[in-house]
Amino acid sequence: MAKARLIGDRTNKMMVQAMERRATDVRGRVFQITLLTTLLISLFILGVLIVDVVVDSWGVLTGRPGGFLAGTMRSLSDDPKLGVHQALVGTFWIAVFVAVLAFPIGIGAAIWLEEYALKNRFTRFIELNIRNLAGVPSIVYGLLGLFLFVKSLGDLTGGKSIAAAGITLAILVLPIVIITAQEAIRAVPQGLKEGAYGVGATKWTMIRSQVLPYAAPGIFTGTLLSMSRGIGEAAPLLLVGAVTGRLGSNPSFFDLSAINAEAFMAMPVIIVEWVQNSGRDPGFAEAAAAAIVVLLVFVILMNAAAIFLRNHFEKKRG
Amino acid sequence: MEQAEPEASPRLGLDLDRAVQAAAPDAVGDAVFEVEDLNVYYGDFRAVQDASFTVYKHEITAMIGPSGCGKTTVLRCFNRMNDLIPTARVEGRLDFQKVPIYDPRVDPVEVRRRIGMVFQKPNPFPKSIYDNIAFGPRVTGMAKKKSDLDDIVERSLNRAALWDEVNDRMKDSALGLSGGQQQRLCIARAIAVDPDVLLMDEPCSALDPIATARIEDLMQEIKNDYTIVIVTHNMQQAARISNRTAFFTAQLDSTTDQRCGLLVEYDRTETIFSNPSDERTENYVTGRFG
Repeated sequence: MAKARLIGDRTNKMMVQAMERRATDVRGRVFQITLLTTLLISLFILGVLIVDVVVDSWGVLTGRPGGFLAGTMRSLSDDPKLGVHQALVGTFWIAVFVAVLAFPIGIGAAIWLEEYALKNRFTRFIELNIRNLAGVPSIVYGLLGLFLFVKSLGDLTGGKSIAAAGITLAILVLPIVIITAQEAIRAVPQGLKEGAYGVGATKWTMIRSQVLPYAAPGIFTGTLLSMSRGIGEAAPLLLVGAVTGRLGSNPSFFDLSAINAEAFMAMPVIIVEWVQNSGRDPGFAEAAAAAIVVLLVFVILMNAAAIFLRNHFEKKRG
Repeated sequence: MEQAEPEASPRLGLDLDRAVQAAAPDAVGDAVFEVEDLNVYYGDFRAVQDASFTVYKHEITAMIGPSGCGKTTVLRCFNRMNDLIPTARVEGRLDFQKVPIYDPRVDPVEVRRRIGMVFQKPNPFPKSIYDNIAFGPRVTGMAKKKSDLDDIVERSLNRAALWDEVNDRMKDSALGLSGGQQQRLCIARAIAVDPDVLLMDEPCSALDPIATARIEDLMQEIKNDYTIVIVTHNMQQAARISNRTAFFTAQLDSTTDQRCGLLVEYDRTETIFSNPSDERTENYVTGRFG
């Protein structure tokens, strides 16, 4: 009896030792701390950037926020009518073009690739190329836009216009839209598809009633994030002709004739322009910082919409 | 079956309705599925070899055997679910109510409407309980009016012995049900489109014994209206509920050096479990399988 108790005590002690060993798992701890550090570094850099921009733009944003949003491009930085209105209108309409063109085409292509295409060499070739296209530098898309939409199809787009820029950026984000939508569609459980087929659903019914609702949150998040990336692009817009001089007109948001008019501005381009101007007129640095904040808010609002839509569709998904 | 006029016969007219009616009256002993020399391939791999057997109306037919013996593959041939696998290929004769369902002119969607399926893992749609049951009648255009749909939903849930548990929360998500309830919901969903046959692929493997017993009771109750084919790993289950049992095994194919599913023996369940004619069957049902 006593002996059995002793053995029991000993195994108990060993067990306690074994269980306490985890607390001294040095390598695990180091790994965890390293990971946390990488996260903190990226957050720190982001924080510095935001604080820097907000501090630089403080005068403009607190002094005359309404005037800055309603104002236009001026040659002097202390002009009280200096502002980003033309650029906001341009970026807004470019975003509309991206949404109207890239989303349906991209989601449609993704559905075809995931649900209809035979998994053969041809499909794999197409998918490989879509992935490559997603990595092509944006300036290359700018060249494509310049030659195709500004020059060749100039009659349709009005040359160096919002339409040409919008189509160019839609094509720029198209591969990303296709890839993210494909991933969302691929994540739909096979059991759901079989369940739908099992009660006599056709392929199209199955896709409409099971695949799309289930994939919707992922598709929306991916597409809107790709849009955020698209409207932040400056390089292709410079090529398809965002005007960096002074614009004659200041179109309203709903002036549709401005879409294929021969002059437009966009947020990223106005930032580039003002940063360049700050060499001769230091006041433009403050304006550039303020424009960055405006663009950031624009993008954050769009991402907020993405999150809202995702939550909405996730709730619907059950 | 003297009516041997292959071309003009309605059986190739793809009119499943007429073929089904022609097979009436419902006498026990009528063949529902006639399988002859069925071979199933996934690409170059032969999964099932030369299976021949007949499934009879208003019976529960069980398919048993070790993993990889092709029983699920055969089951998924019955409603052309294997079509979803691009590399799958089916050879041989597989007639449903005398209609060769692999004829190119047969619409697999209609086949699946008539031959319902319940899957291994309960797979309710991420929708409300009501919408889960109403899905089939809606997509097949069975019910035009809301009241008809309500009737179908209530009747199906009643048949699946689930109505009393869920009738006060029809709008709630089906994902909130327990595993056993989810599986009964899937059975209700399958019978909502009024199929002739229910295929069940290990329907109780993810359930506890109480839920399993409920599903088994349910199968006994509904077999008078449907023909049930069930794949199960549980031999007691096959012995308890089925009228006939098919024993499959995986056999090494000497020419390709791959394992291939083979139907060893098919007979009345009592015979399979008490007096099998093949030694491999006896070894398996007595637990001596090597």
